[in-house]
Amino acid sequence: MRIPALLRLPPRRLLALAFPWFVACSPKGDEKPVIGLITKTASNPFFVKMKEGAEQAAAAQGATLIAAAGRSDGDNAGQVTAIENLMAAGAKAILISASDSKAIVPAIKKARDAGILVIALDSPTDPVDATDALFATDNYKAGQLIGQYAKARLGATPAKIATLDLIPGHPTGAQRHNGFLSGFGLPSYEKTRNELAQPPEVVCMTDAMGDQAKGQTAMENCLQAHPDINVVYTVNEPSAAGAFNALKNAGKEKGVLIVSVDGSCRGVQNVVDGALTATAQQYPLRMAELGVEAAMTFIKTATKASGYVDTGVQLIAKDTVAGVASLGAEKALGLCWGDK
Amino acid sequence: MIVRRLAYAGPLVALLLACTFFALQSPRFLTGANLSLVLQQVMVVGVLAIGQTLVILTGGIDLACGMIMALGSITMSLLAVKHGWHPAVAIAGGMSVTTLAGMVNGLLVTRIKLPPFIVTLGTMNIAFAVTQLVSRAQTFTDLPPLLTWLGHGVRMGNTPIAYGALAMLLLYGFAFVLLRETAAGRHVYAVGNNLESARLAGINTNRLLLSVYMLSGLCAGVAALLSIARTGVGDPQSGQTENLDTVTAVVLGGTSLFGGRGIVVGSLVGALIVGVFRNGLTLMGVSSVYQILVTGVLVILAVATDQWSRKS
Repeated sequence: MRIPALLRLPPRRLLALAFPWFVACSPKGDEKPVIGLITKTASNPFFVKMKEGAEQAAAAQGATLIAAAGRSDGDNAGQVTAIENLMAAGAKAILISASDSKAIVPAIKKARDAGILVIALDSPTDPVDATDALFATDNYKAGQLIGQYAKARLGATPAKIATLDLIPGHPTGAQRHNGFLSGFGLPSYEKTRNELAQPPEVVCMTDAMGDQAKGQTAMENCLQAHPDINVVYTVNEPSAAGAFNALKNAGKEKGVLIVSVDGSCRGVQNVVDGALTATAQQYPLRMAELGVEAAMTFIKTATKASGYVDTGVQLIAKDTVAGVASLGAEKALGLCWGDK
Repeated sequence: MIVRRLAYAGPLVALLLACTFFALQSPRFLTGANLSLVLQQVMVVGVLAIGQTLVILTGGIDLACGMIMALGSITMSLLAVKHGWHPAVAIAGGMSVTTLAGMVNGLLVTRIKLPPFIVTLGTMNIAFAVTQLVSRAQTFTDLPPLLTWLGHGVRMGNTPIAYGALAMLLLYGFAFVLLRETAAGRHVYAVGNNLESARLAGINTNRLLLSVYMLSGLCAGVAALLSIARTGVGDPQSGQTENLDTVTAVVLGGTSLFGGRGIVVGSLVGALIVGVFRNGLTLMGVSSVYQILVTGVLVILAVATDQWSRKS
């Protein structure tokens, strides 16, 4: 009974399974212009929203949007592959949120040398002028807004600050961190520097990679060393949620200010519920719409977008304080992104 | 025997079917430039998979290969950029480091008799941490041309072929001959089939296993150079998914995870299957998540086929 084993070889099964599946769901390509969108991951709600916005905008303008992503934040090789494949797919413009601001630069250069418009969305490359244009949140300003708010809320009490940062050397993480310190009125670095400032008021500075579980662990460790921390800055809302859990488990959630950046629906809801003191809301949908618009302008008229376009940021807080303008959390829920 | 030969052809047939399918779906797929691009995209995982195949054939597994590669690429770029060493010496330095890391794996497996899974899980984490510490988690740019030379290539008509891709094919040819034509190659299979009987038959199993892990480390060194050539930078965040990517390639290529059965060229086919789906689906405008989905399905099919053919 040797022969029947032949029937169990992979190709037949591949045929049986793969073919009807793809034939059924694959529209034949037409001659619409192709715009590529490369995000850091395909699962982060921020990028999901960005992709939705880009798909809608592209459809409205009569273009095809091809989305690709790295497998995890920091997956540079995956993004390089995505750029190459989009070039092979004939994309005229590529919108990219770079996972690794430096490492992606040679691949972007190849695309631009081939006459493709490359626009950075959300995250700048290093150097910034490696892309034609940057459509992003002013992360330094976002940091300043929550810094000013935290300072106003804390008043004259001496600050003991914990910062849960992104990863070393990442411009977005550095700008938010240094902006926060500058808004708080502490000595900090300027916008262009990729290192993190650490004035003596920052008693605990640690990388949580924007992750909730890592944020919780980081905050627990900070509290072990400094039980009297009264301000927590986090680079994004998942790490803020982790920090809140750690504070709650230690019975310290009442007296500590937690500030963050993002403005996701879950984050804004946390502001409503009091699990997050304030956040700076950014607008991925707007980045995507502006990006597709610039791509279409380039495809139709060969005019390239250039420079930096601020896609806006607003301070969201439950309690207003004098001298710092903020948007109520209920209103911000109407502008948020991701699952509610 | 004939059935087994045909079983080895299975992955190749799958690859050809996938290519036919994508060629029908997108006019851009079946061009020399695009196929050469796919080859270039799989060269890092492909070379790592050579080492992985050797290790898996002996019944082991190397979870550390990706991180050891990252350590190698950081060593090379650090020596060349920061310490100003001659690029050729820096490359040799990086490869020595990765081979040494492979030797550590091999020594732990053979002398202390720890299971390869645990050993390489440990060294994977160690290699990651050392990479971060040595590089201070910074990406190295402005590398000397020799380090990225493998990313360049020759033109055959309209088709650019990267030296790195050629190097990968050459290494596969070399590994194929090594496993098929040399006594050491046959011993690799013997050890994978039954370690104890291989030892009783007079094979120095410890020495053989040690060299297999060292070869895997050397492959990681070559892959490190290829990774630098592909991206143009020394990136401490690289290599994080390559370990399982290589296992995927090896399994898709028809090599048994239980050791003792398989051919090394199958792993190249396995890597190409993943690369073709990634490239083809992007050309079709299908989200990259489906590529991961398809890979998952194919891996299970491949292992199931191996199981069934063992029983028959």
